[in-house]
Amino acid sequence: MTTATTTPADVRTLHDANELESRGSESGAVPKAGKLGRRPRRSPAARREERTGWMFMLPFVLLFLLVFVFPIVYAIYSSFFQQVATGGAYGGGEVVNKFVGFENFKYVITSDKFWGGMGRVLIYTVIQVPLMIISALVLAMLIDSFIIKHVGGFRLGYFLPYAIPGVIASIIWVYLYNGQISPIVKGLAAIGIHVDFFASNVVLASMVNITTWTFTGYNMLIFLSALQAIPHDLYEAARIDGANGWQIAMKVKLPNVRGAALLAMLLSIVGTIQLFNEPQVMHTADPGINNYYTPMMMAFNSSRGFLTPKGAGPSNAIAIVMAIIAGLLAMAYAFIERKVNES
Amino acid sequence: MTDTMKPRSRSSMRAARKADRIREKTANDLPRSMRPNFAVKTLTAVILVFALLYFLFPIYWAILASTKTPSQMTSSNGLWFAVPLDELPDAIADNYGILLGWTRGNFWRWVGNSLIYSCVSGAIGTVVAVMAGYATAKFRFRGKATTIGIIMAAMLMPAALLTIPQYAIFNSLHLDNTMLAVIIPGCVSPFGFFLGRVYAQSSVPDELLEAARIDGASETRIFFTIVLRLLAPAMVTIFLFMFVAAWNNFLLPLMMLSSDNLYPVTLGLYGMVSLATFNDRGALMMGSLLGVLPVILLFLTLQRFWRAGLAAGSVKG
Repeated sequence: MTTATTTPADVRTLHDANELESRGSESGAVPKAGKLGRRPRRSPAARREERTGWMFMLPFVLLFLLVFVFPIVYAIYSSFFQQVATGGAYGGGEVVNKFVGFENFKYVITSDKFWGGMGRVLIYTVIQVPLMIISALVLAMLIDSFIIKHVGGFRLGYFLPYAIPGVIASIIWVYLYNGQISPIVKGLAAIGIHVDFFASNVVLASMVNITTWTFTGYNMLIFLSALQAIPHDLYEAARIDGANGWQIAMKVKLPNVRGAALLAMLLSIVGTIQLFNEPQVMHTADPGINNYYTPMMMAFNSSRGFLTPKGAGPSNAIAIVMAIIAGLLAMAYAFIERKVNES
Repeated sequence: MTDTMKPRSRSSMRAARKADRIREKTANDLPRSMRPNFAVKTLTAVILVFALLYFLFPIYWAILASTKTPSQMTSSNGLWFAVPLDELPDAIADNYGILLGWTRGNFWRWVGNSLIYSCVSGAIGTVVAVMAGYATAKFRFRGKATTIGIIMAAMLMPAALLTIPQYAIFNSLHLDNTMLAVIIPGCVSPFGFFLGRVYAQSSVPDELLEAARIDGASETRIFFTIVLRLLAPAMVTIFLFMFVAAWNNFLLPLMMLSSDNLYPVTLGLYGMVSLATFNDRGALMMGSLLGVLPVILLFLTLQRFWRAGLAAGSVKG
């Protein structure tokens, strides 16, 4: 669960740029220490600046330590332990932490439940992320093309689902998938299409739909902002060169929103790996969805004691393996995207 | 840095709207031969309207459903109300009564809890993020680049995974099943830090800070009287995003809370669906709608702020 594994190229370049920026300005004000290990001499003003800077950083850093860093350290530590009841002669239910080495990781890596869940999540990601990003991109380009006037209403309507919490969106859609009450299922049946949204080979697509419904508008707005940042003279120039609307969309607009689209893709991949709300709600309506349907559900239910081995150790081991897989996927994605960029 | 990264003041928003109008106008002023033809126009309209139906239909259906009894849910027309319009107030009142009954009178308490969680973590989180963003934008200090790198990397951390160890930490501090267990994790937003930094870089002029320092103002005073005022629009944006994130969070309260009088509205409603005996779907739909109303109101009233925030998000790639 180290943060380093999830550093993709984008963030790294940003980070490098900052480093350069601060180094560059530092060398202007304060002479840099040589390689002899001499400590840099800092003027009182620079020391004051340093103090003030950290003073303003401090509240965020403390909270960040408590909410991000300590939990990560703790997760790594506790993944090497299991809680076992001593019991025995005393007959008591006393629970002790026992060091088990890599036992928890061995359990996760050899667990069919874990890989089954991971497989479902990967299929889900491969379908959901491109579907959502492409739909959002198409809608943003159509709105930005001004082929249709007065687009404010569309923009707002598409974004509205984002204001609805995932759990509530899932509850609404679970009802809309329910054959007894849903006008969608009934309507489709009336025209001769009988669908069971909970069938084992369809249910994943049903979840894809819930997530897509919630987040497409949000991504569309991001793309719309990127499109609106394109300088207007680019269009003029293209027009003068005789480009039509379609060519402008493909040759001018699309390349200019690439950055935003790729980042949205990356953040969505990280988001879908932790799929939890939708299956957890569908679990209440569909016994076919077990409590280890996704790795996140498996981690939660292990931690809650609904799955054995239970407790902090195994559930943190699941979380760590997931974080590593998410980091690897993000890196693979950034790598492929860089390769494609070069060619 | 493109101009969209600047938090939009009232005047620049007006300028953006004006630009919208100009672009719309130029699109119409194209020579006849270059104007989109009828087929393209129709196709675009069909796609946009179809998408709008897709996004709004579930909300429309939830509104209908919130007025129905369980038997009307299955038997009545799914695309319209089950009772004549003049009987709607009674139907709504009935379902409202049932909702309060199922939640044992806790419903408004849950909404109140959600408001507390979202407002407090949004407010603290915004100030803390803006302070840190300002520090990294305007001061040189050792370890700055590393700190920024770590925080930015945390943006890509699957946040749900942290919840499990967070529970253990809060449990050992005896803070689980308290309001703080939900509020504190909600106070830290790497994305908020990122926005705060971008905004501080673009809208706090160095000259102003220098002038205030020469006048003998302390750094704390400069921050609270000058910087916060300059960053006010940015802070509304960050607050909005953190508010929504806290309102929508489900796993964190599910993990941390066990007493139902501490539940936020998402968790309370989930508790209702997961009851095996529960069948009053209309009442639940009413609860869902009432539970999202505060967020929707916030979005509608503060439209220009989230659009500014998304603009910053779009150029960070």
